Amino acid sequence: MLYDVTIDGKNYRLDLNRAEGRWHCRLNGQELEVDAVLTRKDVLSLRIGNLAYEVKLERVGNDLHLWVGSTRFAAEVRDPRSLRSRIRAGDDHGPKKIVAPMPGKVVRLLVRDGDKVEQGAGVAVVEAMKMQNEIKSPKKGSVQKILVTEGAAVNAGDVLAIIE
Amino acid sequence: MFKKILIANRGEIAVRVLRACHEMGIVAVVVYSDVDRAALHVRKADEAYPIGPAAASESYLNISKILDVARRSGADAIHPGYGFLSENAKFAQACADAGVKFIGPTAAAMNAMGSKTRARQAMEKAGVPFVPGTSRGLESFVEARQVAERIGYPVMLKAAAGGGGKGMRLVQTPEELKSSLEAARSEAERSFGDSEVYIEKAIINPRHVEMQVLADEHGNTVYLGERECSLQRRHQKVMEEAPSPVVDPEMRRRMGEVAVRVAQAAEYTNAGTVEFLVDQQKNFYFLEMNTRLQVEHPVTELITGLDLVHLQIRIAAGEKLPFAQKDVHIRGHAIECRIYAEDPDNNYFPSPGKITLLLAPSGPGIRRDSGMYEGWTVPIDYDPLLAKLIGYGTDRDQAISRLTRALSEYFVGGIKTNISLFRRILRDPDFRAAKLDTGFLDRMLKRSEDKAVDAKAAEVAAIAAGLFAEISASTAGASNDEGGRGTISEFSSHWKSASRREALR
Repeated sequence: MLYDVTIDGKNYRLDLNRAEGRWHCRLNGQELEVDAVLTRKDVLSLRIGNLAYEVKLERVGNDLHLWVGSTRFAAEVRDPRSLRSRIRAGDDHGPKKIVAPMPGKVVRLLVRDGDKVEQGAGVAVVEAMKMQNEIKSPKKGSVQKILVTEGAAVNAGDVLAIIE
Repeated sequence: MFKKILIANRGEIAVRVLRACHEMGIVAVVVYSDVDRAALHVRKADEAYPIGPAAASESYLNISKILDVARRSGADAIHPGYGFLSENAKFAQACADAGVKFIGPTAAAMNAMGSKTRARQAMEKAGVPFVPGTSRGLESFVEARQVAERIGYPVMLKAAAGGGGKGMRLVQTPEELKSSLEAARSEAERSFGDSEVYIEKAIINPRHVEMQVLADEHGNTVYLGERECSLQRRHQKVMEEAPSPVVDPEMRRRMGEVAVRVAQAAEYTNAGTVEFLVDQQKNFYFLEMNTRLQVEHPVTELITGLDLVHLQIRIAAGEKLPFAQKDVHIRGHAIECRIYAEDPDNNYFPSPGKITLLLAPSGPGIRRDSGMYEGWTVPIDYDPLLAKLIGYGTDRDQAISRLTRALSEYFVGGIKTNISLFRRILRDPDFRAAKLDTGFLDRMLKRSEDKAVDAKAAEVAAIAAGLFAEISASTAGASNDEGGRGTISEFSSHWKSASRREALR
């Protein structure tokens, strides 16, 4: 199976094939023998040659991070044959959804439909765990639609507003 | 000694107190709100009573509900933990009136510390050094402006009932005063049900050093050494250590003696903490007294060998302090990390949610006081403190290396935590050189992280990312309703232990 992997902004081409209990791995053209044991959900014990690593997968919503020892890496994995992921990868333009980064309560809306906003301008204030957090616009544009009301309870990932 | 203690708190501190009860052969009664039925303190308790909705004001802050549980359970004492009702004099008084021992100071001592005016005069006579400012709540914006003009900007606004940085604002210029005062007041009202705010001259880049005191009900008061609490973010402590790297035995003795005088001026009993600001010339100023057990009490326990919760309970039961000042010795060094449910990539926003995976560190010199477990959902309604990880060593360097090692073993999945922050702090050259002040962390976070790029580890991460995708694909394949394969995270967690091992082997 072929993957495009991005680790902290750096791209890798990875080809993984399993044979006789081992993984034959080609990373950016380099051949590696990998012995992998999933010791429990989201925790891999790896041997690459005789070097041993414990790798943990942190997943919260759509964010993936990998911990190698105590170093944390942001990770993205794409299957280059998947059309969908290719389309998504190039998605920089058009309307942007502003989502709640955590579950909480909308205590204040700072903009209205149609308002012009700068990148980084506050759009809404969400309170969770006794902290009020200003949710900011990811881009300059105008508010296409506000999808929540003041006082509403939201979950992580809920769309608060759309900026176009 | 008490037969039964009611713990009027939740989270890691409720578990901490519960453990002390069990160690002392005391029955532990807990209370819980609707969202805390599955919380760790309820699991570990001997008796547990529901006290209503998630909102703290209707449960953990509700005096009559808690006293009702004390009555129904037959508890002879109440331990308030920290936060919630721990520094509420009305609650301490209500306990006394109900014939239940409050494990902490008397309402009168709390009031003396809370209201400040009279206690402050007594303390000034006793030679306690103060930062210039008002000793009582501000009546109006006009008064705030006058005082600020007199003592000079920058000034600090603080909630009279406060603690933990809530209701606190730094004001640099006269223009900011009005909005800051309003913000501090409303935050104080929300957090403590009391909007009283006072004003002080702000000392720039101070250290925050606090002295632990312990007083029995027979007139004996001792100090147990200081804690350095300068590592704060938004006035919220993040990491504490004991002893403070800047305090030598002579300074410790002077600070300790001042702290004892502060406690005695208020006729203080039980455990308390006297907070000082230390300026760059190592002058120290009395800041406030926290009339409760502190979050960071474990670092003091590790370097003194004392158990503060046991001692709190014994003092409340009327026992004399079992040692004198000359018997208190400081040995080694301890550092505590506060593990919060916060997202390090998103400005440390709270990150409540379900803990899907928990790997906990252990080994030499490591103590972990935790209120979480795997499978538990961290509620959105309370403080984001999940656990405390404390490293102890013969000296500061060993404490740092043990903590660094333990942090690499610590992993919380499903929610985000600030664990990666501590690794960064522990590596920081200024931290290692103990050049600390209360602005240290905010400055460090403003610098972009100089990640020493570990190319080898990044390659390992890349390989692991692919392997995790393979596992997801093979285990999710049977029930795959997605059209194409995108990212790993699109695969829901249909993990079956047998099939996933098969998939790898």
